[in-house]
Amino acid sequence: MTALGAGRTAPRGLGVRVAEDVLYAVGLPVLAVGLWAVWSTRSANRFLVGPRPLLDAFRQTWIGPAFVDDVLPSVYRLLAGLFASIMLGVAAGVLIGRFRPLREILEPLLEFFRAIPPPVLIPVAMLLLGITDTMKVVVIVSGAIWPILLNTIEGVRATDSVMLETADSYRISRWERVWLLILPAASPRIMTGVRQALSVALILMVISEMFASSAGLGYRIAYFQRNYLIAEMWSGILLLGLLGVLLAVAFGVVERRVLRWYHGMREVTRA
Amino acid sequence: MPDASPLLRVEHLRKVYASGRGEVEAIGDLSFTMMPGELLCVVGPSGCGKTTLLKCLAGLLRPTSGLVKMEGSPVTGPSPAMAVVFQEYGRSLYPWLTVRGNVELPLRHKKLSRAERDRRVADALDAVGLPQSARSHPWQLSGGMQQRVAIARAIAYRPEVLIMDEPFAAVDAQTRADLEDLVRDLHLNRGISTVFVTHDIDESVYLGQRVLVLSHSPTRVQEDLVIDLPRERDQLTTRALPRFTELRTHVYAQIQRAKRAPASAPHPAP
Repeated sequence: MTALGAGRTAPRGLGVRVAEDVLYAVGLPVLAVGLWAVWSTRSANRFLVGPRPLLDAFRQTWIGPAFVDDVLPSVYRLLAGLFASIMLGVAAGVLIGRFRPLREILEPLLEFFRAIPPPVLIPVAMLLLGITDTMKVVVIVSGAIWPILLNTIEGVRATDSVMLETADSYRISRWERVWLLILPAASPRIMTGVRQALSVALILMVISEMFASSAGLGYRIAYFQRNYLIAEMWSGILLLGLLGVLLAVAFGVVERRVLRWYHGMREVTRA
Repeated sequence: MPDASPLLRVEHLRKVYASGRGEVEAIGDLSFTMMPGELLCVVGPSGCGKTTLLKCLAGLLRPTSGLVKMEGSPVTGPSPAMAVVFQEYGRSLYPWLTVRGNVELPLRHKKLSRAERDRRVADALDAVGLPQSARSHPWQLSGGMQQRVAIARAIAYRPEVLIMDEPFAAVDAQTRADLEDLVRDLHLNRGISTVFVTHDIDESVYLGQRVLVLSHSPTRVQEDLVIDLPRERDQLTTRALPRFTELRTHVYAQIQRAKRAPASAPHPAP
């Protein structure tokens, strides 16, 4: 009997590896920015800007009061929407995944609601909830909840029958079963759903602010565009991109922690 | 066995599954008893409803008719007096928990002090020879070690009866021999009452104090055979005994008979 440790091959020097990784990560972006800079000195199109003016606009626009007035409220709404989507999506997903009758009753309804493009709900939400933060969070949830809900349902349904029988035979209580079996078993699928929800939430955050808002990233970008502040508009788009990357990185950190067992197991079974 | 009251009593157990094309009678009429501290092996031709029997014993399935009685009271659902070791260790251990977490799992709702719980987990891991693997995850261990963890979990639960469903069918031959000796050891040194379901005739004779040979489906008891081999058994010497060969030949013949003619009259023991 041998224990299969997480056998990694002997590493090359750590410094070399880090340097290589950094080179791979930033190589292409650096090259692209370089080409872009060269190209912008030759182009006369006034709706496209070069890296220098963009960077200046970025600094002037976003570093300062706009960060508090526009960026933070947007980020707050985005995070609130994501949080609510995860809570509601996972809770409802566990219920629907566990109870077959519930699933059969709800399935057609869920298909219908999922098919509605969330932006069309914005005017409705405005009428019902007014032009408020709540309305924007509701719009974000109305789109971001679906990948989480549907993945949770699938994950819960796919819980191994022997694992469930084990819980039965040891008379594991209902709550322990949810916390120690159902949720961990579904967690890889839930994380997949959350990852998809991130991009949906970001899109809906911007759109909800473009429709009806007096502050926020989406509002600012639309404002700059209408006033021909082209470099500023581009700087807002850059900020959105950075926000998306930051979100993905934060998610990656959480995912690696939550699914450490899953990745470890897959590494062993593939070996 | 007239003296002492039996630990487990199965009375006219019958299980019929309703399937799409009518009913399938998995278990016809099954009765037997088991005494405290006994190691009872159950063998039978494949598809004879061994797993169904085991699930009825463990309270995971409701029998269509008949009774399973544990110390005189009927079993109507999963009982704290029974622990099951499943064949599929990889699907029975929870990969997100450590070995320790898995063994501790069924103890969580028993009202034990922290110290008592720790003691039981350590003791159980010790009993299966894995005291140093507590912090590993199951998937970091070999198949045989994983099944040891599952056995440790069952021991820590302190059941009256340990029910094992073809537990070693999925491990290699050498590991299997080690695990068989572990079951013998637990039986001899800890007096754990065990129902051991297997399709392996040699295994049933080597392990059991008694072997219950089941008939072809619909299942009845084909034979209830006492294994009169010495208490101390050894993979080499016990399996080389003429008596071992006689017994395994007898069980083999019974199973062949069972396959041909379901539920024939019991054959006298050799």
